[in-house]
Amino acid sequence: MPAPTLERPEGDSPIDTAALQEHFDATIAADHRVEPRDWMPEGYRRTLIRQIAQHAHSEIIGMQPEGDWLLAAPSLRRKAILLAKVQDEAGHGMYLYSAAETLGADRADLTDKLIERKQKYSSIFNYPTLTYADVGVIGWLVDGAAICNQVPLCRSSYGPYARAMIRICKEESFHQRQGYELLMTMMRGTPAQRAMVQDAVDRWWWPSLMMFGPPDADSPNSAQSMAWGIKRHSNDELRQRFVDMSVPQAEFLGVTLPDPELRLDPETGRYHFGAIDWDEFKQVLAGNGPVSAERIARRRAARDDNAWVTEAATAYAAKHSAGERAA
Amino acid sequence: MAHEETVYDALDHAHGGEGHWAFGTGFDEPLAGVDTTVPDGVDPTDLGTYCLMLGDDALVLAQRLTQWVTNAPELEEEVAVANVALDLLGQARLLLARAGSVGVLGRSRALATASIPDEDALAYFRDPDEFRSTALVAAPNGDFAQTTVRLLVAATVRLAVLDRLRGSRDPVLAAIAAKGVHELAYHRDHAARWVLRLGDGTAESHRRAQAGAEAVWPLLADVFTATDVETRLAAAGVAVDPAEVREEVRAVLTEVLTRATLRVPAWPDDAAPAGRLGHHDAELTELLAELQGLARQHPAATW
Repeated sequence: MPAPTLERPEGDSPIDTAALQEHFDATIAADHRVEPRDWMPEGYRRTLIRQIAQHAHSEIIGMQPEGDWLLAAPSLRRKAILLAKVQDEAGHGMYLYSAAETLGADRADLTDKLIERKQKYSSIFNYPTLTYADVGVIGWLVDGAAICNQVPLCRSSYGPYARAMIRICKEESFHQRQGYELLMTMMRGTPAQRAMVQDAVDRWWWPSLMMFGPPDADSPNSAQSMAWGIKRHSNDELRQRFVDMSVPQAEFLGVTLPDPELRLDPETGRYHFGAIDWDEFKQVLAGNGPVSAERIARRRAARDDNAWVTEAATAYAAKHSAGERAA
Repeated sequence: MAHEETVYDALDHAHGGEGHWAFGTGFDEPLAGVDTTVPDGVDPTDLGTYCLMLGDDALVLAQRLTQWVTNAPELEEEVAVANVALDLLGQARLLLARAGSVGVLGRSRALATASIPDEDALAYFRDPDEFRSTALVAAPNGDFAQTTVRLLVAATVRLAVLDRLRGSRDPVLAAIAAKGVHELAYHRDHAARWVLRLGDGTAESHRRAQAGAEAVWPLLADVFTATDVETRLAAAGVAVDPAEVREEVRAVLTEVLTRATLRVPAWPDDAAPAGRLGHHDAELTELLAELQGLARQHPAATW
């Protein structure tokens, strides 16, 4: 059943709003999609804009850690793979900002909020990439964690977000396989290459687990997001799914995960893992990660140093559309 | 739910799935399935050297453009600049592999481990004096205006050369050119559109675009001068004498700059080939140090 098309809810009478809310609730309950022109509660809209913008920011900031190896990639094939991947991330950022714009947000304004640190991005990108193995581990673990988080979002109640996620997840899953394939190649290589892989796993494992967000008990917005169908599984549930998926992959690869408590629980068939350092997570999320300042500084420079380019494009478009009208 | 399962399944099975790439495939074995026989009467060393000239230009310009990735003015431009760099990197891989296939490897094979493919031996284990790229592609980017003007100039020259190279007697070069002209037509168009916006945008963008043109134009000095290798191969119907494309290039650049309300700088006098013979500025040495550093640090490694 299609929802009524109404763009401006503010002026509605309380009775109308109640009816619209009822219709919205029925759409969510039936697991149907909410579309841009449908009425939606302001809280739903705000929550979605925040979540989609954070996701878009993560894609764009996430270009940097791997981008740092583009110029030094150790073979032309690896350079091409990495360049295509970083390009995909820019594309993901664009789809997501577009999805946020269907909710009334503006890309330039969201970018300003990122640079002014009024909106967050995934904490994982505030860690540095020290060796080329980091490129592989980001593909395997970071993209792997992102996929666990994002695959359920393909069924998000908001249509444009769900559709963007379908394409993004397909590309992410390919990136993950490329990362794992790099690590397999390095593990078959020299002792120095194997040591690089183990070192990278040691550094990225715990930050990857933090990507699922705080434990359910400390995640205040989660319950409402799940009720709205914006979110489909709890943080802890997805984290557990990621651990269960990654441990056998680590064994196959031949690396040790840096958690002495990690063991299979024979009763549940799931892996028990050690305590996560949530203080570190809070610090990094608050912008105090090892390279947080550099990440934002580069984004700021790309905006500010090139502002004249955008101004020129705008001026040119204005001149020429005016000329066409006159002609 | 069905979709969710499908995506998870895909992670555990390393089957094909090349279609998942948003932009381009074909990262493996550049010359797979191609007949690499050298045409009659052609010196393989000449042919390989010519492939290095064209391949090094593409590799070096791809590296320069990649320096913009994560620093570009707009997200659309991040995608575009990476796309152009990827196309050029693909051309470089084919051309370096072609050079290797006819035995032109310079000193690289003495340094690179046997399991490294020829394209990587050539890209990573040659010294700067063995590179045959021109100064036009090696010069630093400058600002976005200068980068854009350089891309316009380099793509215009390369498109004119590859357009003629489609008729080369070497079937590999002809095939590389046939694929490359479509890519280069897009690169030239993309750069030309930006030159128009910048030249005819604001006073500042006009000033910067003009300064970019003034900085790039002198780099054309040795672009139209043939080396002995090119002269011999052009006579054999394999290569293009670069002097042949001079007028076409000048006409295209004049048209774009004029429409962009920019002044066409004075054309430099023809100079003896420098880069094509391995004579380079420190800029190329620095660029190669970054490109090659990691690979050379682990000469026994494969990636």
